[in-house]
Amino acid sequence: MPEITMREAISQALWEEMERDERVFVMGEEVGLWGGTYAVTRGFYDHFGGERVRDTPIAEGVIVGAANGAAMAGLRPVAELMTINFAFLAMDQIVNGSAKMRAMFGGQFTVPIVIRAVGGGGRQLGATHSQTPDAVFAHFPGLKVVAPATPYDAKGLLKAAIRTEDPVMFIEHATMYQTKGEVPEGDYVEPIGVSKVQREGTDVTIITYSKGLQLSQQAADQLAAEGIEAQIIDLRSLRPLDLGPAIESLKRTNRAVIVEEGWRSFGVGAEVASRLYEEAFDYFDAPAKRVAQVEVPLPYNRELEQMALPQVADIVEAVKEVL
Amino acid sequence: MAEADVALKALDEKEMLRLYHEMVLVRRLEEESARLYQQGKIGGFLHLYIGQEAVASGLLSVRRPEDRVITAYRDHGVAIASGIEAKYVIAEFLGKATGTTKGMGGSMHLADPDRNFWGGHAIVGAHLPLAAGMAMADKYRGESGVTICMFGDGATNIGYFHESLNLSMVWDLPVLWVCENNQYGMGTSVERASAVEEMRQKAEGYKMPNSRVNGMNVLEVRDAAEEALEFVRENSTPYFLEVVTYRYRGHSMGDPERYRESEEVDQWREDDPIGIFRAYLTDTGIFSSDELTKEEELVNQEIEEAVEFAESSPNPPPEALFENIYAEQ
Repeated sequence: MPEITMREAISQALWEEMERDERVFVMGEEVGLWGGTYAVTRGFYDHFGGERVRDTPIAEGVIVGAANGAAMAGLRPVAELMTINFAFLAMDQIVNGSAKMRAMFGGQFTVPIVIRAVGGGGRQLGATHSQTPDAVFAHFPGLKVVAPATPYDAKGLLKAAIRTEDPVMFIEHATMYQTKGEVPEGDYVEPIGVSKVQREGTDVTIITYSKGLQLSQQAADQLAAEGIEAQIIDLRSLRPLDLGPAIESLKRTNRAVIVEEGWRSFGVGAEVASRLYEEAFDYFDAPAKRVAQVEVPLPYNRELEQMALPQVADIVEAVKEVL
Repeated sequence: MAEADVALKALDEKEMLRLYHEMVLVRRLEEESARLYQQGKIGGFLHLYIGQEAVASGLLSVRRPEDRVITAYRDHGVAIASGIEAKYVIAEFLGKATGTTKGMGGSMHLADPDRNFWGGHAIVGAHLPLAAGMAMADKYRGESGVTICMFGDGATNIGYFHESLNLSMVWDLPVLWVCENNQYGMGTSVERASAVEEMRQKAEGYKMPNSRVNGMNVLEVRDAAEEALEFVRENSTPYFLEVVTYRYRGHSMGDPERYRESEEVDQWREDDPIGIFRAYLTDTGIFSSDELTKEEELVNQEIEEAVEFAESSPNPPPEALFENIYAEQ
């Protein structure tokens, strides 16, 4: 299997879906002539043309809104938000529009939109451009929220997101575009709402997603050197949230650490821990630990920013605390 | 008179009577709904269209089936003028399973895509981007429909309005933007909320062709709409039509109306769109007063049957709570 980057995997998925289905088109800031601010759509404009690779004004409300309208009218828009931080400018269209059209109109409308949004900290972009607010979007029934951690999943899940009739918030991590992994050539689809065991282990269950997987893998390598085997569950999507494999794992390890890059309060870890307690309380030998971002707006200074973001050492420490 | 002219006149008469019927139907539907609301049978908000009947009826009388219609939450008259039967509208007001959205959306979210009516949208300005996207989709597929997007004067002050008008020009989208200027955004008058007096001036900022028409005369609205639609169809670019109208009732049921004098309302009532049209039809001898009274009685009967249908309809079953959240679970 060829090894490609996350960027290439996402780009491949988009390209193949646009080749497969005329209804699929991309729109957003700098997706066309520029080739995408993260170069995901490089070459698309020349190949597919300006009708299907549509540069927009810098106006997130109408980017998501027009994509909602086009989706309701039968197209398959992939609307790119340059960063997830700008999704707040389109929040009304996402939560009052995409998420609600179907239910609110008694099933008469469907909104098969994909909103691609780049999130995550660690690039010294300051407080407004470095957020990981994934949990915010997962709060709303009607939306699907997908956040892949590997090139393989990114390709297969983006294809699923484009093909589903439901609106999908597809969250990519800004620091992971160069991450490499094995990706088969050609068509395959990964199911949305199914988590995945990314590493086998028997001593502790680490539940994570997106950038957290990378950190957790590194932490697991360090722990393995000390004879501690961590099983890692990658959620892959936050809504629907599949905790089946996590509970199966917990039944054997009896210990859990939840790793996310967003803030701890009202976050992914809070939701996962609550559900585990509700559904599998008897299997815990120790309270679950959460590893998350320190509760501050991210600073610009490199050292301070890294202090605020979850680190591999934090995960190692948390695992040792629950053992 | 040539044979063709006779046929045309006959068609016109039929169409005029249909228009009159429709406007009276909207008026009676609203009056009846206000009554049901006061009886506590209708929940939530209820934004009446009384006074604005000529806008929806005139405008939509010249749309083609392939033209989409989308509007804000003051959508009752637009739903009727889109061809939805009154009984389904009232059933929705009562939250019944037979309503336009099966009791899920309520009065602000009437819709029927089979009649190319894309809702009723309750967030001010939020449906303008939707209209842009729908027009884009039609053009993308090489279809000839125009998207008719209606909104109030209040919506022209929100960001969505400007983002959408701009995009429709930059992307050459076949949208007819129709501003129903009823003089008030809730209780705040146009003069107190908008930097310019005429809403069409805002379209000028985007180099969008525009015009302004008296919204109290259904035939004037119809003519202006015909011209505007032809422009959009021909050029596949947007047009902005401002329709000057007035709502006689409060913003929503329960509006104390402390913000305007009752003399102002009375002044506008002299220009009642139904009164104007009725006078026109009888003065020109197209119909006699008796003929129109007969038509009004038909409307009364229609409303009576609609209320009966709605009241006797079932509520949605409990399992409806979980339906249609997702298309694919």
